[in-house]
Amino acid sequence: MSGRIHPVILFGIVAGLMIGTGFIQSWNTALLILNFGLISAIMALGVNIQWGYAGLFNVGIMGFVALGGLGAVLVSMPPTTEAWSAGGVRVILGLLAGAATIALAAFAQKRLTGRTRALAILGVLVGGFIVYRAIFDPAVEAIEDVNPAATGYLGGLGLPIIVSWPVGGLLAAGAAWIIGKTALGLRSDYLAIATLGIAEIIIAVLKNEDWLSRGVKNVIGMPRPVPYEVDLQQSESFVARMESWGFDPITASSVTVKLSYAALFTIVLLALIWLTQAALNSPWGRMMRAIRDNEVSAEAMGKDVTARHLQVFILGSAICGLAGAMMTTLDGQLTPGAYQPLRFTFLVWVMVIVGGSGNNWGAVLGGFLIWFLWVQVEPIGLTVMSGITSLLPEGSALGERLIESAAHMRLLTMGVILLLVLRFSPRGLIPEK
Amino acid sequence: MTDFLNALVVLGNFVIVPGIAYGSQLALGALGVTLIYGILRFSNFAHGDTMAFGAMSTILITWGMQAVGISFGPLPTALLALPFGIMVTMLLLLITDRTIYRFYRVQKAAPVILVIVSMGVMFIMNGLVRFVIGPDDQNFLDGERFIISARDFKKMTGLNEGLAIKTTQGITLVTAIVVVIALFWFLNRTRTGKSMRAFSDNEDLALLSGINPERVVMITWMLVAGLATIAGVLYGLDKSFKPFTYFQLLLPIFASAIVGGLGNPLGAIVGGFMIAFAEVTVTYPLKKVLGYLMPESLEPDSLVQLLSTDYKFAVSFVLLIIVLLFRPTGLFKGQAV
Repeated sequence: MSGRIHPVILFGIVAGLMIGTGFIQSWNTALLILNFGLISAIMALGVNIQWGYAGLFNVGIMGFVALGGLGAVLVSMPPTTEAWSAGGVRVILGLLAGAATIALAAFAQKRLTGRTRALAILGVLVGGFIVYRAIFDPAVEAIEDVNPAATGYLGGLGLPIIVSWPVGGLLAAGAAWIIGKTALGLRSDYLAIATLGIAEIIIAVLKNEDWLSRGVKNVIGMPRPVPYEVDLQQSESFVARMESWGFDPITASSVTVKLSYAALFTIVLLALIWLTQAALNSPWGRMMRAIRDNEVSAEAMGKDVTARHLQVFILGSAICGLAGAMMTTLDGQLTPGAYQPLRFTFLVWVMVIVGGSGNNWGAVLGGFLIWFLWVQVEPIGLTVMSGITSLLPEGSALGERLIESAAHMRLLTMGVILLLVLRFSPRGLIPEK
Repeated sequence: MTDFLNALVVLGNFVIVPGIAYGSQLALGALGVTLIYGILRFSNFAHGDTMAFGAMSTILITWGMQAVGISFGPLPTALLALPFGIMVTMLLLLITDRTIYRFYRVQKAAPVILVIVSMGVMFIMNGLVRFVIGPDDQNFLDGERFIISARDFKKMTGLNEGLAIKTTQGITLVTAIVVVIALFWFLNRTRTGKSMRAFSDNEDLALLSGINPERVVMITWMLVAGLATIAGVLYGLDKSFKPFTYFQLLLPIFASAIVGGLGNPLGAIVGGFMIAFAEVTVTYPLKKVLGYLMPESLEPDSLVQLLSTDYKFAVSFVLLIIVLLFRPTGLFKGQAV
């Protein structure tokens, strides 16, 4: 297509923006943007699989990302033995009782009919709920009483944190299966609302179930897959080498850590791009696009549309969960209060749409570009606002207001970018072939 | 007998009265969503932020009125400012329609594209509101606080428990009733309203009968602006105004509209009250109520709170899932596409 910029040039521009940040602001900032950009690109890949391949509208990305974060905690943190002995088994029993109740109710729903069915389901649900609360509540209390300032939760398995990345993906896949089972096959808007709901619920669980995730007390100091800055600074060989190269060892240590993260993330991203591209070009990918473009005719050809939708929904959500676990690894902490739908759901959508839905490279480009803008719009907005304010009389109320509201510029900018792309280049920067 | 009355009063004070107020607010919000769905055929994700924008414009005008000394006696000044707030919101929505939505309507874009477009509008409105008024809580309630305060009620009836009815709760209910009656009268009795319903039922047939689609769309947006602003202001008066909570209202509002049947105004109202009552009942600790009703020996030790208030979203969600599983078109037949 003429008039389009070649993808390589587009990636070059994004790389130039990052490098420019390195020269103008600092290399630390640039690498931080790069690392989160890599994670955003992975999230965008996940959403692109759902939307670009299959046309599924998922607005619960935040929930899947948060589940990935929970996965990181459950895998990597050391187990709290006292809490386990205080109530670990009972909590699991309680959860099993809850699951058994639902299974029993579903069984009654299938096997019985008429009034007996309604009565049986109601009886099972009410009775099961009472049993569940009776086992679960005291256990939770016991766990949360174990040294609440430092632990007060069950902890994790104490495994290396990299193991948690696929585990995070699995958790997200499980949630996606439940949602997909109920809402797929209905109108597209219903899936949207259902995912919006599950995301809010997952965040509420993380915030309130202290025994599981410490809630708003946050899990901090998670293990790392890369060395600590302090260790590097104390390592004589590292300091000597950096000094021989003419770098300040302290800056160099934090840059090294960030580069190591970037290397790990890049490996994951490249593997995912390879996998998704292979899938897209396989018979499976052709079938998915056929379903997306015309469900009726695909169904007439004997394709099970709902089952394929469920499959692709689970795959995409799993990738989001993976990215979530990676993000928590990078942060080194799980802060349930930090999950905001505008940042974790809708921003990823902007990335996919701007990059080019249906094209994996487009999604990756969108991830980097939009993340860069999301970070940089605030300082740029602040500069612009200070420029305007300097024209106003000293200490004017309007000027102060403008400076204060520069922080909200990013939402406005993202909305404008999304609408402009949708209007003038609806297929995105790198359109689907 | 007094035990029973006391239990009833506790229930009224903490469940029924707040439930009615919250239900009216949700119903008004869901009516807006359902109207857009019926006429423009997409789920408007910007609705929560439209409510926030309407409430914000009303708040700014209220502050202006308060500054020049205009007040509404015992009623909140915001009610005087409301019509002006609605006008500002109408203007905004008509501008968004002209500049953004119309392009896709002319193209006959798929509904899901319009949903994504509404996501962009949501970002802009959200940014706009935070830009103008900031992300913090704003208080703009003045006038009398209570119609009946708990103490007066106790004195009047001699019961142990008090029933407090806040002015805002009374206003919410009265306004909601007036608005709903006016809306149904408009939709069922006037020529324009009938043409809107015709358009919603069968677009092609309506066009053939000479109904002007642009006019129908314009009136829909104006009605939606009115409903969203009223819902937003009532919610803000009753609880408090904070831009982020309006965004979060999106879930219960959509749940109400879907539970009732998307595109069906009556369903939106029923759905709104169902969601509100389910939420309030499930998250309220019923210990006190049961304490009055049950003999002392059976009195529950725990709070008998089925779910902590933080899980109120789960309630809308579970109701939504149940309806989706067993009756995908909603309780009242909505449009099933």
